[in-house]
Amino acid sequence: MKKFLIILILILIPVKSFGLIEVDITRGNLNPLPIAVSPLSIDEESRKNFENILKKKNIGSEISSIVENNLKVSGLFNPLNKDAFLQEPDIANLKPRFEDWNLIKAQALITGKVSYVEEKLRVEFRLWDVLAGKEMMALAFTTVPNNWRRVGHIITDKVYERLTGERGYFDTRIIYVAEEGPKTQRVKKLAIMDQDGANNKFLTLGNELVLTPRFNPTSQLVTYLSYFRNLPRVYLLDIETGTQEVVGDFPGMTFAPRFSPDGKKIIMSFAKDGNSEIYTMDLENRIVEKITNHPSIDTSPSYSPDGKFISFNSDRSGYQQIYVMKSDGSNVKRISFGKGIYGTPVWSPRGDLIAFTKLHKGKFYIGVMRTDGSGERLLTENFYQEAPSWSPNGRVLIFYRETKTDSKGKGFSAKLWSIDLTGYNERQVPTPTDGSDPSWSSLLSN
Amino acid sequence: MKLSKILKNGFLIVVACLALSACATSKKSTGQMQGDVYTGTDTVEYLASGVPDRVFFATNESVLTTASRETLRKQAAWLRKNSKITIVLEGHADERGTREYNLALGERRANAAKDYLMTYGISSDRISVLSYGKERPVDSGSNPLAWSKNRRSVTVKAN
Repeated sequence: MKKFLIILILILIPVKSFGLIEVDITRGNLNPLPIAVSPLSIDEESRKNFENILKKKNIGSEISSIVENNLKVSGLFNPLNKDAFLQEPDIANLKPRFEDWNLIKAQALITGKVSYVEEKLRVEFRLWDVLAGKEMMALAFTTVPNNWRRVGHIITDKVYERLTGERGYFDTRIIYVAEEGPKTQRVKKLAIMDQDGANNKFLTLGNELVLTPRFNPTSQLVTYLSYFRNLPRVYLLDIETGTQEVVGDFPGMTFAPRFSPDGKKIIMSFAKDGNSEIYTMDLENRIVEKITNHPSIDTSPSYSPDGKFISFNSDRSGYQQIYVMKSDGSNVKRISFGKGIYGTPVWSPRGDLIAFTKLHKGKFYIGVMRTDGSGERLLTENFYQEAPSWSPNGRVLIFYRETKTDSKGKGFSAKLWSIDLTGYNERQVPTPTDGSDPSWSSLLSN
Repeated sequence: MKLSKILKNGFLIVVACLALSACATSKKSTGQMQGDVYTGTDTVEYLASGVPDRVFFATNESVLTTASRETLRKQAAWLRKNSKITIVLEGHADERGTREYNLALGERRANAAKDYLMTYGISSDRISVLSYGKERPVDSGSNPLAWSKNRRSVTVKAN
C-alpha cells in the first residue's frame, strides 16, 4: 500500500464546542439527522486535470457522494436529495444562505472545494449548523490524487466526530474471506476492501483454503489460517510487501489467531491429540507460551483492549461457553450462563462489552454482554451467522451470515453484514463475491 | 444428551450399556439415522472390498459408535495386511457450529478414530490427522440428514 500523505495544512477556524446539533449514537437511530452534502465545488482547470489523472468527470461530486453514502449507511444521518438544493456549491462554501437550507429541513450542511495544486489534491470543507447559522468546523488537507476515496472517508470521520462526540470509523478497511463455488468445494481467497466495499483486492489466489484473517491493530499485518500444503497453520501476511510466514513451529494444526492490542503477540489455538489449547507467540523474540491447560476444546481467544484479560470459548462444561481469564491464564471464569451455546467472544475496543455468537434452539444470534457476563443483549437472529468484529470505535459490528439451502442443497450464499450496537441499522456490506470471516481495521489516519 | 455424556466418560460403561438392547432402541431410528448419527451408506466409499472409509458422529460428539468401531476394526485389519500404506484421518463437522470450534471438533473426531486404530495395532507413524472443520461438507443440504453425513472422520490413503 502506498504511504498516505495527509497534511493538515490549515485549520481555518478553531473548533468550538457550542453547537446546537447533537447526534445521540447510544440509542436507536429512529430520527436520523437531516444533513445536506453540497457537492464539493471545483474550478474548471482542476476538474480537467483530475479527469485526466483519475478518469472521473467531476472529482468534487465523487468525493461528496462518498461522504453522503457513509453518512447514510451509518444510520445516524439522513442525507437530503441534491435536487432540492437551492444554492450553488461554490457560493454555499463561502457563505450559506441558511434560510434556503432551513427550507429543505437540513439541520447540518457540508460544503467544500477541491483544487489541483502542484499535482496534488487539495480539499477544504466546512460543516455548518443550519439552525444556529454558524460554522462548526473547517478543515483543509492535501494528498496525492489517488487517495481521493480516502479523502471522502476522512471528511466523514471528521463530521461524525464533530456531531457525535465519538471517533469515526470510515477511513478503515475490512479484510475477509472471499468465497466462490459449490458449498462442497468452496474456493476461498483472502480479500481486502475499504469499509464501504470499494477498492476490493484479492490477496491470495485460491489455491489453498484460507480462513479467519485478522488485522494487527497497529500495523498493516494480517494473521490468518492457511491450508498451504494441506497443513493448517497460522500465517502472518504483510499486506504492503506481500511477504508471508508461518507463525511458530508447532507439530500440528494452529488456528484461531488474533493479535494482542499492542500488535506484538499473536494468540491462537494449537490442536494435538484431540485437545485444543491456547498459546501466545511474541513476534519479536518468538517465545511461545501456553496459556490454557485443560483437556477440552479451548479456542477463539481475544484480548481485552488493555491486554490484561483474554476471553475465549471452551466446552469444558460439556458445551461451548465463554470464559474470561487473566492474560497469564490464571483466574479462569465462565461468564456465559444463558440458554444455548456461546462462542467467538470478541472484546470491544472500548473495553466494556464482549460480542459473541450464540446458538439456541436452532437459531444463531449475534449479541453482546458485559465482560462479567451480565446484561446479555441479542442484536440479530438468523439461520446461520457468526464471527462478529468491532468497528474501531466500538459502535458497529460486522459479521457473516449464511443462507439455508433448499431441499436440493441449492441456494447457498455467504454475505457480510453489519449492525449497530443498538441493534438497529442492519445492512449487507457489498462484496464482489460471497464473503465470510470479516475483520475491521483500525483507523488508517489519526 | 445425558446418555451420550455418560458414554463419553468410560469405555467400560459403553461396553456394559451395549449389552443391553434397550440402550440401542431407546434412540430414535429414522431410516438413515440412529439418534442423530448417520447409518446410511450414500456417501461411503471403500478402501478395499468390505472396508468402508468413514465413520459418523452425533452432534457435538467425538464418541465412536458401535458401527464406527466395527468399521475401524476392518480398517485396522486391512492396514495390518497392507503394512506400507499410510493414512490421513480427515475430521469434519457439520455447518451448525462456529468455524474455529468446528476446526477443533474435527481434530478431536479424527483423533478418536486414530486412537482406536492404534489400539488395534496400527502405529501412529502411519497415521496423520487433518481437520477440515465445516469447510468440506459432502452434502450441501441444510437439514439434519445432511448434517449427519457431514459429521465424519474419513480415512484417506496417503501414499
